[in-house]
Amino acid sequence: MKQIFTRKNLPILATTFVLVLLFGTFSVLFDNFLSLRVVTDLFASNAHVGVVAIGMTFVILSGGIDLSVGSVVGFTTIFVATLVGKHEMHPALAILLALLVGSAFGAGMGIFIQVYQLPPFLVTLAGMFFARGMAFVVSKQSLEINHRFYSAVIDAGIPLTDKVILRAPACIFVAVFVVALVLAHFSRFGRNVYAVGGNAASSLLMGVPVGRTRIWIYTLSGFCAALGGVVFTFRTQAGNATNAFGLELDAIAAVVIGGTLLSGGVGYVAGTLMGVLIYGTILTGIRFYGNLDSSWQRMAIGALLLVFIVIQRLLTRAPAREHSH
Amino acid sequence: MNSASSTFISRFLQSRIVWPLAGLALLLLFNLIFDRAFFEVTTRDGNFYGPMLTVMRLSVVVMLLAMGMTLVIATGGVDLSVGSVMAIVGTLVAFLAVKHHLGFPSLLGVAISVSLSIGAFNGVLISCVGIQPIVVTLIMMVLGRGVALNITGGSPLQVMDSGVLFLGKSFIMGVPVQIFLVLFVFAITVMLCRKTAIGLFVEAVGDNETASRLSGVNARGIKVLVYIFSAVCAALAALVSIGDAGSVDPDGLGQMLELDAITAVVVGGTVLTGGRFTLLGSLIGALLIQTLATTLIRQGMDSAYAPVPKALVILVVCLLQSQKFRAQIASLIGNFRKPTS
Repeated sequence: MKQIFTRKNLPILATTFVLVLLFGTFSVLFDNFLSLRVVTDLFASNAHVGVVAIGMTFVILSGGIDLSVGSVVGFTTIFVATLVGKHEMHPALAILLALLVGSAFGAGMGIFIQVYQLPPFLVTLAGMFFARGMAFVVSKQSLEINHRFYSAVIDAGIPLTDKVILRAPACIFVAVFVVALVLAHFSRFGRNVYAVGGNAASSLLMGVPVGRTRIWIYTLSGFCAALGGVVFTFRTQAGNATNAFGLELDAIAAVVIGGTLLSGGVGYVAGTLMGVLIYGTILTGIRFYGNLDSSWQRMAIGALLLVFIVIQRLLTRAPAREHSH
Repeated sequence: MNSASSTFISRFLQSRIVWPLAGLALLLLFNLIFDRAFFEVTTRDGNFYGPMLTVMRLSVVVMLLAMGMTLVIATGGVDLSVGSVMAIVGTLVAFLAVKHHLGFPSLLGVAISVSLSIGAFNGVLISCVGIQPIVVTLIMMVLGRGVALNITGGSPLQVMDSGVLFLGKSFIMGVPVQIFLVLFVFAITVMLCRKTAIGLFVEAVGDNETASRLSGVNARGIKVLVYIFSAVCAALAALVSIGDAGSVDPDGLGQMLELDAITAVVVGGTVLTGGRFTLLGSLIGALLIQTLATTLIRQGMDSAYAPVPKALVILVVCLLQSQKFRAQIASLIGNFRKPTS
């Protein structure tokens, strides 16, 4: 027990506290909020953000940032829809192709960042513009996906009780989370990610393959973004070049709320899961409250995020001071 | 002779402002060859019109944002909230003019004071509470957009005030007013930065905050100041933007412009990690991006594809700033010079 309450774990403990507080508050305020269905819905409707945010976690842990993910999600949706709709490709093949394209795109950005020592912010900003532009090149019109494979995937799911089913997007989210957890905490790659984010120069001296790790990190983020796009198509059954506009900011917010420091080296994949759930809980809570228009929604999200970040900052002030510059 | 010219080349390669200028020159040269009409200037009622003037007019908003962003980036921060600040100020100004019939001086006062308080709020959260700039300004971006939408319930507004319309639509001596405005703001900013110690302090904070604080610079104060300046620049940009359009769309005003401003600053030669900055470079950066966009659209490219060339510009500029890439290019030039040896 003593091991859990260390200063290193403070940010994630603060996040857990905030999630419990938030969920508890809404459960008291609204009938039916505290139910398995709300929880599974939370996972299903935020699956694409979650998958993208988990990829982003590795990037931020390494001290980088990936602004391109929202555009890659948008590109993937229209890419898959065009392959299936116009070129009559089997969805499974189209999805595989999209995942390859996303990974290759991430790898390309990683190579630029690593080989030429360019700032990740700018390379991925360029990537964001590029992917969005290419999405429009693929198709400017939104395209529906009508295929037996899609209907099958959408009907699929793991029944938890008689009435509650964990839908395919939620299953993918959970699977990605478990894989990421293992990757981050029980693999050499994960240790290298933390080492690069903690101090790239000393990890290089200690023999950590910094360059290779960095390129793999952006490849992973590209893969997750493409997978997020695929999950997005499962929900909407359509592709649109304008999809997931600004999603990179939601993903970054989820990672940061989850207690991962943008300076790198400190944070947990589990924190990101909680960050996504906090984000989703706020949205669900707002929906339960009634039909708030989008302006109130954004104000509520912004204000709550602000409050939580300040709380988290105050709770973790002492250990973080060593990192501040 | 040979060594003298090679030091010239290396100095040329090292200069910050040369690359955006060269890019701009290249674009103009392209237009000179393939699209002479680009340089045509016509006069109507004594006012100048033409593609070049349109480019300048269109880049004013990003120029204003980029000036504030330059100082923020020079301190090692970033301000993602400028687009939303524009939306709040623009919507509020249009709303007050329509609903409460405020005159231009009071509208200007409202614009400045609202942006000033948002900037101060950003600055205090960043420097005193110690939250990362990207997080604070990201939250302000979401929150601010909500506030802007809330002023009118999301519906667009007509701009009625003659002063605001003057800023966006009128001409002085045949030249659009907003060009004078941006030159005025630029002159004042350069003066404040280079004739007083403020610019030096900003660079010191961006270079090494701890060292600057230890040597007596009020690092916190400087940081608050640059975020205030950035927000005020955004307010001016909002006035120009809504004056030009003649209407306000709270959802669209300033959307994604924060990224354009950052791009302009970086293309102009200021490095994202902070330290030394060049305001003139940022102006040229903004002009370069707009010239590129206009050129490509005149060449028949679909405006939906516009992000692609923008991405390539950012990447090329990044590469040009990379030591390794420069070394590769320099050795390439070296190989050209003495192909036999």
